[in-house]
Amino acid sequence: MTQYAEGITAEIVKEHGITDEEYAVILDRLGRAPNLVELGIFSVMWSEHCSYKSSRAHLGKFPTSGEKVIQGPGENAGVIDIGDGQACIFKMESHNHPSFIEPYQGAATGVGGILRDVFTMGARPVALMNALRFGAPDHPKTTHLVSGVVAGIGGYGNCVGVPTVGGETNFHAGYNGNILVNAMAVGLADADKIFYARGAEPGQPIVYVGSKTGRDGIHGATMASAEFDDASEEKRPTVQVGDPFVEKKLIEACLELMATDAIAAIQDMGAAGLTSSSVEMADKGGIGIHLNMDAVPQREANMTAYEMMLSESQERMLVIMKPGREDVAKAIFEKWELDVAVIGETTDTGRMVLTHKGETVCDIPVAPLADDAPKYERPFFAPEVRAQLNAKDIAQPGHMGEILLKLMSSPDMASKAWIWKQYDRHVMADTTASSEDPSDAAIVRVHGTGKALAITTDCTPRYCYADPYEGGKQAVAEAWRNLTATGADPIAITDCLNFGNPERAEIMGQFVGCVEGMAEACGKLNFPVVSGNVSLYNETNGVAIPPTPAVGGVGLIPDLERRAHFGGLKEGDILLVVGETLGAMGASVYLKTIEEREDGGVPPVDLAVEKANGDFVRGQIRAGRLTSCHDISDGGLACAAADMALASNCGIKLAHEGKSPPMHGFLFGEDQGRYLIAAEKEDAIAILQDAKADEIPVHVVGLAGGTAITVNGAHPLELDRLRAAWEGWLPELMGHLAEAAE
Amino acid sequence: MKAKIHVYLKPGVLDPQGAAVAGALHNMGYDEVTDARQGKLIELDLAGEDVDQARARVDEMCRKLLSNPVIESYSIELE
Amino acid sequence: MKSAVIVFPGSNCDRDAHDAIEKVTGHAPAMVWHQQSELPEGTEFVMIPGGFSYGDYLRCGAMASRSAIMPAIVAHAATGAPVLGVCNGFQILTESGLLPGALMRNAGLKFVCEKAKLKVENANTRFTSRYEGGAELVVPIAHHDGNYFADETTLDRIEGEGQVVFRYGNNPNGSARDIAGITNEQGNVLGLMPHPERAVDEKHGGTDGLKLFESLLGSA
Repeated sequence: MTQYAEGITAEIVKEHGITDEEYAVILDRLGRAPNLVELGIFSVMWSEHCSYKSSRAHLGKFPTSGEKVIQGPGENAGVIDIGDGQACIFKMESHNHPSFIEPYQGAATGVGGILRDVFTMGARPVALMNALRFGAPDHPKTTHLVSGVVAGIGGYGNCVGVPTVGGETNFHAGYNGNILVNAMAVGLADADKIFYARGAEPGQPIVYVGSKTGRDGIHGATMASAEFDDASEEKRPTVQVGDPFVEKKLIEACLELMATDAIAAIQDMGAAGLTSSSVEMADKGGIGIHLNMDAVPQREANMTAYEMMLSESQERMLVIMKPGREDVAKAIFEKWELDVAVIGETTDTGRMVLTHKGETVCDIPVAPLADDAPKYERPFFAPEVRAQLNAKDIAQPGHMGEILLKLMSSPDMASKAWIWKQYDRHVMADTTASSEDPSDAAIVRVHGTGKALAITTDCTPRYCYADPYEGGKQAVAEAWRNLTATGADPIAITDCLNFGNPERAEIMGQFVGCVEGMAEACGKLNFPVVSGNVSLYNETNGVAIPPTPAVGGVGLIPDLERRAHFGGLKEGDILLVVGETLGAMGASVYLKTIEEREDGGVPPVDLAVEKANGDFVRGQIRAGRLTSCHDISDGGLACAAADMALASNCGIKLAHEGKSPPMHGFLFGEDQGRYLIAAEKEDAIAILQDAKADEIPVHVVGLAGGTAITVNGAHPLELDRLRAAWEGWLPELMGHLAEAAE
Repeated sequence: MKAKIHVYLKPGVLDPQGAAVAGALHNMGYDEVTDARQGKLIELDLAGEDVDQARARVDEMCRKLLSNPVIESYSIELE
Repeated sequence: MKSAVIVFPGSNCDRDAHDAIEKVTGHAPAMVWHQQSELPEGTEFVMIPGGFSYGDYLRCGAMASRSAIMPAIVAHAATGAPVLGVCNGFQILTESGLLPGALMRNAGLKFVCEKAKLKVENANTRFTSRYEGGAELVVPIAHHDGNYFADETTLDRIEGEGQVVFRYGNNPNGSARDIAGITNEQGNVLGLMPHPERAVDEKHGGTDGLKLFESLLGSA
């Protein structure tokens, strides 16, 4: 057997990211050398992005089932039962590399892609979230990237008319050469009307709908699986351009078509477009597929089959129809002024056959594309465990109010209003709480009902870097806590696992540690993983990002009348902390901002305590006792109190007693599993009685009133001054540095 | 035949995008820029040979859709 | 009152408009596709919802204002019947010539979504009769092109005729004279950038927009 087909060289194989071992497998399965089209198809299907070849061995550790799980990982998105015959469908995905190269289009198409994953399954998208990590604020590229990414997310989400209700934004030098743009979409559907990629049978027509195919993003899926170097910025032309107007029409047209019962299977064309969508439907249906490339709607002249199969043009769907129902699809798509074409049919051969200009340009078995994708057990080692760091080992600062001011106006804690004001948070008229509201999670009402979804995205990368296992646990626990703090029952998560190059044992160690920590927390908190995405090779010139396993959590508030937020504090309310405060300072915001160091062990999450404390808080919320409730995380109790005071426009008098922990540990320690709650006096007494009965640690920490935050009557920080600093940081960065850069 | 249509804001209509461009150019040291106006260029491919008729039709398109007479003016080039 | 909501490709507040009208009147409005050339028999109130008709390409509202349904809406307005355009609907009304002026890119050049302070400048219209004159409201805005422009003569004229119905308390987009909403000369066509249909429910956006619909449609 010849090693290479005509026109193919070892160099071309290498450029497709296929190793010698992988190439040998291809030769074996085909019984001959692949041509260029076939090589391209193998390269995208076996890329890290599509095959999860480095991560698959560990992803099986996640708990993925539960009584509320309708569909776990493996489909376009996860599906959970939210009662009354309704389902919530959601997923998070990365668009890191494209966003670094062209921030507006990269972020915009990220939003478009994740929306398609959700409406492909029959859901109407009802909410968007995003988790963004940028480089150091003073890095020369940061403001340009922030403006572009934010405008791109807004430009797309606002136009399609899905509210962008929340998210998180961090700045850290670890992302200087590799920003993270993770977008999450949440949709609603009737539980008995979910559409899957599986379900096609031989002899069914394949319908292409949406934008025409151009040469956009050819090899984007392989680009997303390769490390960056300085030449990457020259790769600009491969970035796709999004058209949210077409996406909006696609949503409406697909949902209209889905109401007709004419669809056998449906798949959006995501990374590696036509290849992955057709292979996935064929593989999941156990069938073959025949495509006539001449029928593919094309935007440019003289496109080759190779280009069409690898194009990442956006806003396209592939639908396998029940036979004889093509006209139903045509009528609907033409009403919505979308390109539609029958481009092939399913077969019983188990092969993928492509014809173009009268020739067969590809004829390969489907099964190896999916089943024989390489799976690597990459070597890894865990980082050394760091010693815990307690406040008693760190010098006590002078004026706590000034420290609090500095923390609240630091990049981690400062208001991100400059960002979320550019997102339509209210369209669809069901947003009860979004980024602007004092709520630990976004709250989106289930249309026409009194119940609501609570949605959050969380991850603390500095913890994951210090201790991947504890950091992974904490990311899940914090999502669970944020949902709980609104009064929701946490149900399930999606994730977006962003790491560096897995071929380095240290990075693989971060990955394995985070996954195992997350799996542990998901199991103990009954909070399974239902969908997710892995993004590896996030490094530039050999420098990896901090490990960032972003978690997107979804919960249900059964009755919107029984929810909590942190903007209801009134003069005279008693403030209490649920959970023990020991003064853990390792890898804290305080340490980074005040001491300018990032060492120390991660405050461990005790999952049994986490669950007990959370269940207690949720019970108190539903009993209607709390005027305010806020989880305690970055920056500790003092920062939680500052959020609450600002949102409620009411001062807080904190009281610190004893020496353990010392005052700065009490205020800024990041011990886990804690909530700051407020209640009127009589309710506070009842809460303390319940806590005693349930053996939950609850301590009085202060009293609401005045116009400042004080500690033991001293260290005053006036709210007006705090507000100005908290609100002012990001606009100043964006205004000031943007001008300098221009 | 190709028609190139330039659509631009009328004099006196505030152009925030143009102002931002001018400001940025100033910050970059291009002090000779005294004003910037941002418009758009629309290219049409036209069937037919009759230039006068094409001009009349394109002018009508400009009035009916391609420009907003409240704020915009336009010019047409045929080639 | 029989209502109709016009749907263009890219409209995305059509459901919000539908629900607000249904909430106030108890009757669901007809959803009218832009390619129809007539309004449903007996339509009294027409609402053009917000969104990004035709992707906001060319100019916001430009292509929608040339669609098949528009002549019917222009004729409907000429009979003195009420027409309301919100956000993109306001842009469509100025593009169609039913309202004076134009809506340009926000002065800050960015999309702005916030709860805007509004002042009821004229409570003697069929859209605002249930508000107190001078009442201050909080109504969400969400737009990229809400910067109201008209020449000075036109501005003086619409001010003089009481056509300026809503003004911003804290101008978010550079609009001339803080104008947020205007009517035509006859007072039966209202366009405004803020979204009253997103302010009819205490669980979402407050209830300051409710009286606009109640003024027009009577409470349910």
